[in-house]
Formats: sequence, C-alpha cells, structure tokens
Amino acid sequence: MAIRTFIDSIRETLADEMRRDETVIVLGEDVGKKGGVFLATDGLWAEFGEDRVIDTPLTESMIVGASIGAAVNGLRPVAEIQFADFIFPAFNQIVSEAARMRYRSNNGYGVPMTIRAPYGGGVHGALYHSQSVEAFFTHVPGLKVVVPSTPYDARGLLRSSIRDEDPVLFFEHKKMYRSVRGEVPDTDYTVPLGKATITHPGSQVTVVAYGLMAHYALEAADRVAEDGISAEVVDLRTLRPLDTETLLDSVRKTGKCLVVYEDNKFGGYGAEVAAIVAEEAFDYLDGPVTRIAGPEVPGVPYNHVLEEWFMVDAEKIADGIRTLAAY
Amino acid sequence: MAVAKGSDSHLGASVGLSDADLVEMYRYVALARAVDERMWILNRAGRIPFVISGQGHEGAQVGIAWAFERGHDWIAPFYRSIATCLTFGMSARDILTAQYATANDPSSGGRQMPGHYGSHEHNLVSVSSPVATQLLHAVGIALAAKIRKTGQVAMTSMGEGSSNQGDVHEGLNFAAIHRLPFVFVVENNGYAISVPAAMEVSVENVADRASGYGIPGVVVDGADVLACYAAARDAVARARAGDGPSMIEAKVTRLTAHSSDDQQTKYRSAEDLDEGKHHDALPRFRGELRDAGVLTDEIEARLAAEISAAVDDATDYAEAQPDPDSATATRYVYHETD
Repeated sequence: MAIRTFIDSIRETLADEMRRDETVIVLGEDVGKKGGVFLATDGLWAEFGEDRVIDTPLTESMIVGASIGAAVNGLRPVAEIQFADFIFPAFNQIVSEAARMRYRSNNGYGVPMTIRAPYGGGVHGALYHSQSVEAFFTHVPGLKVVVPSTPYDARGLLRSSIRDEDPVLFFEHKKMYRSVRGEVPDTDYTVPLGKATITHPGSQVTVVAYGLMAHYALEAADRVAEDGISAEVVDLRTLRPLDTETLLDSVRKTGKCLVVYEDNKFGGYGAEVAAIVAEEAFDYLDGPVTRIAGPEVPGVPYNHVLEEWFMVDAEKIADGIRTLAAY
Repeated sequence: MAVAKGSDSHLGASVGLSDADLVEMYRYVALARAVDERMWILNRAGRIPFVISGQGHEGAQVGIAWAFERGHDWIAPFYRSIATCLTFGMSARDILTAQYATANDPSSGGRQMPGHYGSHEHNLVSVSSPVATQLLHAVGIALAAKIRKTGQVAMTSMGEGSSNQGDVHEGLNFAAIHRLPFVFVVENNGYAISVPAAMEVSVENVADRASGYGIPGVVVDGADVLACYAAARDAVARARAGDGPSMIEAKVTRLTAHSSDDQQTKYRSAEDLDEGKHHDALPRFRGELRDAGVLTDEIEARLAAEISAAVDDATDYAEAQPDPDSATATRYVYHETD
C-alpha cells in the first residue's frame, strides 16, 4: 500500500474522480496552471484542460453560485475556496441557495456540489488564514460537512462527497497537508459520510475530535496512558450528519466525555456534541461533559507566542483528560 | 418557439413571427394578467394570504421568453415572473396551487411563499427570496451548457433594484470572460418596493453597465412586446453562436403595489400611477394586433372564453387541493433513495 501525504491523497482523488466521471469539474482561484496555492489541484489543468479546471476571478459568491447552476444542469462541480476564511462572501449562496434548493423545490432540484476549503491555524496564518468555520455550516440542514484527518479518510470521504447528491463542505486542515502521511490503497474504496471512527480504544474517558485535533487527541491519549488513564478517541470525520451512534456508544461505555475543537469555544461545533451527549447519555455520565477549545478572541493572532497561546495542543487536551478522569 | 412557419401580417413579418405566434403571445399576456388579477381577488377575499404580482411586466416577459426554446433552454426567474413561467410551460393551475400552497403545488409543494415558482420539468429554476442570487445559477447553467455542448442558453430576470447586488457583478464578469450562452434581463419598473430607480441606480439605464463587461446592453420599451421579443431573439442568437452574454433592460411599469402587504400610494403620486397605466403592454399589444388585423372579434372572444375558463378552473382546482401533510415536512432535506 502506498504512503501518501494528506494533500497528495486529495489531489489524486480529484484526478481519479475527474477521470471516472467527465461531469466532474474543478473551479476556484488559482486552481489552474498554478495548481492551487497549496497545490491541491496541481496537474489537473494539464490533464483535463481549461474547460474542466477553471481559474475563476476573485469572486467566492460566484464560485459557489455558478457551481449550483452547473450542478442543476448536469455537472458535479468541486469548488475550491482558497482559504475557509474567505468563504463568507459565498455564505448566502451556500446557506440560502445550495442548502435549501432540494427542500424548497420539494425534491425538484438537487445540488450535487462539493466545496473544498483549507481551514485551521498553527501555520502563522493569523486572523484571516487560520479560521475554523465549520460551525457556521453544521448549523444548516441541507448541507453536509466533512472534516477528514487522515490521507485514507480524505480519499474515501472526498470520493463520497463528490458522488453525493447534495452539497458537501469539505474542510481540510492546512497544517496537515504535508505533515500528515498515511497508507492509501489504490482501490476505488469510499468512506461513507456520517460515520465516525474510533482511532484509539479506551475505557475511562471519551475524547471527541476531528481534523487536526483528532491527531492531537491521539497524542494526548498516548500521554495520559503513561499516567494510567485509558482514553478512547472518536474521530467524527463527518460533522453533519453526525454519527451519534458511535459517539453515544463510546460515552455510555466510558461515562466521561471531553470534546475538542480548534474553533473558539462559545457556540462552536463541540457545543452541539456536548448537548447531544448530555441529552442522550445523561444517565451514563460520571462527570461533566467538558470542552477543550479555542479562546474567545476573534481570530488567531500572528505572532508565534500569541498563536501558540491560541492553539489547542496535545498537552492542553491531556490536561483536560486528566482533570475529567479524576472527577 | 414559433408556433407556425411563415408570416401572415406586416406586424409578424417585422420580427419574423407568424400571426399564430402573435395570437399565442397575446394569449399568454392576457392569461398572465387574468391569473394575476384573480390572485388579488382571492387575497382580498381572504382565500390566500399573500400576493406578489407581475402586472405591468407581462408583455416584456412573454416577448422575451418567446425567444427561448421551451424545454431546452433554461430560465432562472424571479418573483414577478408569472408570465415568464406560463410562457415556459407552467399552467394556470400550477400558478394558483402555489398561491394556495397546496401539497401538489409543483413549485414547492406548499413550502415556499407564493411567487417562488420553479419547475424542473420546464427548466425553470426554483426561486428564492434573497434577490439576484439566481443570476449566478443561470451563469452556472450556461457554463454547464458550454462544457457539455448542449446548445442551451440560460436566461435570468430580475428587477432594477435587485440588479445592484454584488452577485450581478460577479456573474456578469464571469459570463463575459467565458462568453457563456447567457442572457441577463432587467425588468425595470422604476421601484425597488418604495425606492425610485434614481435612488438605486447611478446611471440612467441599468443596461449602460453592460459596457463595463464588454457585452451588449440594450434598452427596450417593456410595453412593446415585439421589441422585447426582437431584443431577446438577437441575444439568444448571439449566445447560441458562442458570442457570449447580453443584457436586456425592459422598461416596464408596476401596476400594483409591491405586494399585498404594501400600500404604494404612500410613496407614488397619482400622476405616477396614472402614467404607469398608460405604459401597460396588454392594451397596447391588443391594439397593435387589432390594427394589423391579427386579432379579430372572433379570436378575441375565443381567447377571452378560454382564459376565463382556465382561471376559473385553476381557482376551483387549487381550492380543492389538500394542504401538505405535516408528516412530509422532513422530507427532501437531502436526497432520498425512494
């Protein structure tokens, strides 16, 4: 089995899907000759041509809005928003249009469209190249939201997203692009949307995470194991629809739940996870559902001291596990 | 979408249409007006809660839609597009069931407010309430048509107020860069709810902005049905030939308040409202067709009877349709494998 970086896996999957299905197109800023600012689309323009790999103007609303129209008329667009931080001009098209098209037309129209966007901090990206924006979209029925953490899942989930009949937001943590490697089979496998996975079995504390935080949670689980604490890590992989079964099964087993996310804590995605656990598994809980998340500032500051202060890391998670285990 | 080849009158010959086409176009203008008037009666009678109207826009809508190929080309309409939707294949029943929000309302199954029409069967994109978003959908449809080489042309329409939205700029720029088969129609009725055009648009004509995108922009009298048709025919020909998008601004009038919840005498003068009535395509088109000998007493009587029957039928039909079952309200959030 081949070892791939996270971004190689994404790029190869895009190429695979474009070879498999001629209705798949890629559009976004700098996705053509340059191959994207992170090179996620490198080589696609040369192989598939400018009709199917389209360099757009700096118009995020158009990128998404035209993708909706293209999807309505028989294509499967994969739109790239260069940084998740810049997705907000497209918010109206995503939330008012793509998410509601099927519902409002009573199944007359669907929007099979994938929006890829690099998110997350820890890369000296400051306020506007570091944001975690998932909570804005996980709130919206009609959207699916995917945050893979491994090259294997990135490939399987991206395939599922492109082949899905509904709009999918596919968030890729940019710090993982070249730092995360893993085995990726050459087969045409998929990873289904809406299925979490347990990446580290344990018995005392459930740690729920996704994206880069799923890696830090694993690291934290290893650290607390040295203290004799058995933590179970649930990598959600898809945030909407949420795999509540895997989540709740784990919490019912361990009796304790720590939710980890990089976004600022208040109203973040982890708040929903915590609420579901409190509602559905209250009788099994031996401690408060707690969260380790970003601080309440409106963005990741640039200076490395400030950025390190902002970022959730393995030690912060390990501390959270220790505190909860001792409760 | 010519009904018949050949041209029997000077009027039709002037734009390459047969007399049968002209009569059919007139029928749609008159049908749209009759359906619209019925909606207001039903609203005032307490039968339906809300009306948003297309009165004053019908001539431009029928003239322009006539240049597109029904069932092949695409239209992303807006909330005043009753005549557009009728011309493109929706029926009076389809429009009336939307007013009653019945379970079988083809636009949305009763989920959307009236005026938010749409039909996959007829290539009419579902309308939403945020304005001008649909322009990008039409541009994307045109992009897909170009990539898939379907020969389709996509059109969108909106008011001059909506034309100020950023999506319009983003979409026109992209469509012009890629010479997409796209036609942008502005139905300028002079008001964005209460705000007059002079307070919304910095230039005299929205179409003046076309030059900023390097595309043709024409202004037509929206009460002149055949001028609207001719402008759209030229734009469609350009689009079909791969020469890119065009903009058409039809100067229309708004004969009613913005909606049934609006009182337009608060912000429009009596003179302004009176002037609007003199800019109505329905009597003008009728006069033109009668003068040309296309519309005879006999044909008019037949059309009037047909339209009256269609509107009564649609009303009775819609009145009798059941509301949606609340058990269905969770359906079609996502794709379902039935």
